This record gives sequence, C-alpha cells and structure tokens, in this order.
Amino acid sequence: MSTDIERQWTTRLRHRVAGKLPPEKVLPDTQPAYVASWIYVFGVATMSAMAVVIGTGFILALRGPQWWHESSVGHFVNSLHLWSVEIFFFAMVVHLWGKFFMGAWRGKRTATWMTGVVTFLASIATAFTGYASQSNFDSQWITTQAKDGINSTGAGAFFNVLNFGQMLMWHIVLLPLVAVILTALHVVLVRVRGVVPPYDDTKKVGEAL
Amino acid sequence: MSKKGFRPDVDAPEWKGGHQPYDIIKEGTIALIVVALLTVVFAVMFGSPDDKEITIKTWANAAPLDFAQTALGEMNGTTTTAGYGAPYNTASTGQTLGPLQLAKWAGVRIPINTEKDFVIRPLETQPYDPTLSSALTSWKAASSTQQTTWVNNFTKASNSMKFVNGNVVASTSDSGPVPVFINDLTHMARSGALDADLISGGSFFTTDYTKPLLFLSDGGYLAKLAQDQHLLGSQWGMMNETNSYPGQAWLWLYTFWYQITPFSSSSNADVQVWGMMMLLSVILLLVPVIPGLRALPRKMKVYRLIWREHYRDQ
Repeated sequence: MSTDIERQWTTRLRHRVAGKLPPEKVLPDTQPAYVASWIYVFGVATMSAMAVVIGTGFILALRGPQWWHESSVGHFVNSLHLWSVEIFFFAMVVHLWGKFFMGAWRGKRTATWMTGVVTFLASIATAFTGYASQSNFDSQWITTQAKDGINSTGAGAFFNVLNFGQMLMWHIVLLPLVAVILTALHVVLVRVRGVVPPYDDTKKVGEAL
Repeated sequence: MSKKGFRPDVDAPEWKGGHQPYDIIKEGTIALIVVALLTVVFAVMFGSPDDKEITIKTWANAAPLDFAQTALGEMNGTTTTAGYGAPYNTASTGQTLGPLQLAKWAGVRIPINTEKDFVIRPLETQPYDPTLSSALTSWKAASSTQQTTWVNNFTKASNSMKFVNGNVVASTSDSGPVPVFINDLTHMARSGALDADLISGGSFFTTDYTKPLLFLSDGGYLAKLAQDQHLLGSQWGMMNETNSYPGQAWLWLYTFWYQITPFSSSSNADVQVWGMMMLLSVILLLVPVIPGLRALPRKMKVYRLIWREHYRDQ
C-alpha cells in the first residue's frame, strides 16, 4: 500500500518539490555574508514595482479603458500606472546589469539568467501594448509608427498594432500572464539555486580597480 | 569539484563563509512601501500625458488640402498604405532582409484596397445626392483603363488644387467623376461622417481602428503634429511621448539604430533594425554559454565594487 502511494505522481512531485525547495529556501532567514550590497535591492524593487503596476492596472480595468480620459481620479490612477512602470523598468535594468557584472549565471544558474532576460523582453512587449492602447494622440502616433517595424517581420499579419481591442487584450491578459509566470519561475530558480557567490579572486581591493 | 576542472565563468566557488540574518518578508514589505510612495510622489508631481486623439474630422478641417491630396493619393496609389504590400495588399514586396521577404511570406491578412475602402465605399454610404450618385454610377460603369485615365488627369491637375468656400477645386478636364469624389469625401470628412464610417466599417460594435489610422497616417497632418512634439523617427520618436515625459526609455537601443547609417538611409531599415534587435536579444539570452562574452564581468572586475566588503574581509 505504502509502495503504491510512493509511486503516485502526486507523491513523487511533492517529494521533488520538497527536496528542491524546502521551507528554509522558500523563506530564508539567513543569507551568505557576501549578500551585502545595494545592488541586491533592485531585484525586490523590480518585483515591488510590478506589484504596483498590476494593482493600478486592476483599478484601471475596473472602470474600463475610457475612464481615465473622463475622470480626474482615473487620470491620477493612470499616472500611478505610468510611473510604477517607469520605476519597474529602471529597477529591472539596474538589476540586469548588476547580475551581469556578478556573472550571476555561474554555478548552474543559466536558467535563472535566461528566465530573467525573457521576462525583461516580455515586459517590454507588455509596456508597448499599454502605450498602444492608450486611445489618445500618443497611441495613434506610436501605433502608426510601430506597425512598420512589426509588419516588416511578418508578425504584423497576426499582431495588428492598429487594432485597439487586440492590443488591449494582449496588454491586460496575455502578456501580464506571461510576465507574472516568468517572474515566478525566475524567483523559484533564485530560491532553488541561491544567490551566486563572488568570483574566486584573492587580490586586494586596491589592485583590481 | 576539483580545482583543476573549475571553469571560472561557468562554475561558482562553493561558499564556505558565514551567514547573516536576512528577513525576506520585511525587506519585501519595505520595498513595496517605498516603491508605492515613490510612485505616488511622481504621479502627483508629474501626472501623465493625455493629448486628445486626432480625428479625420479634425484633420480635414485644419488642413483640407492635405486631406484632399491624401484622398487622391489613395486613388492613384501614391500613399504609403496604397503601395505598402503585405499585410495590407500586394502593391509591393515590402521590406526584405537579404533574401528574406518576411512580410510577403506572411501574406495579406488585413486586406485593404485604399481606393475602394477609403474613397468609393464611404461615399456610397452617403445620403442620396444626384451629383454624387451620378458620379458613382459612371465610375462603376467605366473600364479600369478609363478610371485610371480619370485619376491620372486629376493627379496632373492636383498642383492647382485649392480649397475655396468649403469646396476642393482644381483646373482639370477629362477627370470624370474624380473631382466630385475628392470634394464630397472632403465634405464627408469635415462633417465627421468619414470617421464614423471608417471606424465602424458597417458594424455597430468595433475595437479595430486599422483603417482610420492608416488613412490618418497617410496624410501630412499627423506627422506635422508629431514633429512639433519631437516624435518623428529621426527625433528618437519611437521611445518618446508627448510633452517631456520619459516614454519608453527602455527602447533607446532600438531607436538608436534608426539614427545612424546604414539604417537611417535604408529602405529596409525597419526589418534590419528588428533583425539587429532580435540578434542582440538572443545574444543577451545566451550570454552564459558564449565564451568570451561570459568572461567579460570577470575581466571587467566591477564585481569587486559590488562585493567590496567580501574582498576587503578576505
């Protein structure tokens, strides 16, 4: 009986997850001593900004795409959405460069790096579709310009930036889902592998720079 | 792992040093509060842009001759959309990347015949007018050669086109019904009826603005407004927004290529820049497995700044 239970897919998956991600890895209460730099703040800052982006996006979604043009409250929520996106990208780019300079893919962390890069690219697409679905002069100009680039790759035949409905759906459903799933995967990989240790470099500080 | 087989750009040394307390929940909460507060401060201080959209009605009233010339261009095939190629029509191959005709291969998925969709069909929806009705009847009865001759004759006269007392007039002969079409379409545009027709396309519900946006962008009015707002491609426009907002600053590299040769003067600039960005994105993705590139951070030694406390303590 117990052998049968051990062979169940569910049991095997639970063992695998528990082995890779025990509670102390999911919610660690200590970190290696080298994790002592402001650069580490930008990863969590990126996620925090993402939370604000999603939260403000939820409020905008409640009243529909015309609301923020007609209401001062709606316009303010749109401003919150815009500036959280700006902070999100600023934090994300600093995080990316920081991880590059740490060689953060070392020690079987290639997948962590790659999920981060794909999340960055997915975020750019998400933001672009947001700019495309503003339904104002900016979105008119941005879409009529961007169509040429996308059409030139052949993708414009299926991804029509001049179709407001299509862009809005991509912006509020499809791409955020992709970005959130990728972010979750990225964070899980960080927790599984831990934070990359420093290069093995015994030179004195003054010699290097 | 033995020291001998250790690859410094692939492997990470095992950490044998100490640990320090780390409250991940507290850090996340503080970060969320700080980011939320910063967002509120920026939103209060700077707000967000929302310049009202341009309608075809706005355009035709502000620049009736530009509208009329564009409408004629939709008939004689000289506008951007008329000669675009895929995904709108087969008027050209479209941009190519070496031997790759990506747009053409994807096909005409959003078919647009500028003469029919932007001029003739909207005019057919107008309330009965004997002159227009007669013009449409003679147009439909004419051979395509005759239609082309009429359009070409009016095109030759278009330099003399004027907007007088609410009408588009030009010194022309043997242009058939074309002058009536251009004049009536301008009236239709100035009243707002063309916006309604191109947006709805005969349906009640719609979320697709492809046709009115293409027509708008074929004219010079939208581009003129964009130039005033520093939004043209040659002004790093792809990443800018109206006024002085930061816009999509993260697109700086994409926009950068459009500013330099050979891209700035290439007729295939869009697909070339996209190809370049795809290549650079793949390289960024594959940094961990590209020898030389993955060694850069170790050689640049910026990490010694990041982990300066660690190296100081060694």
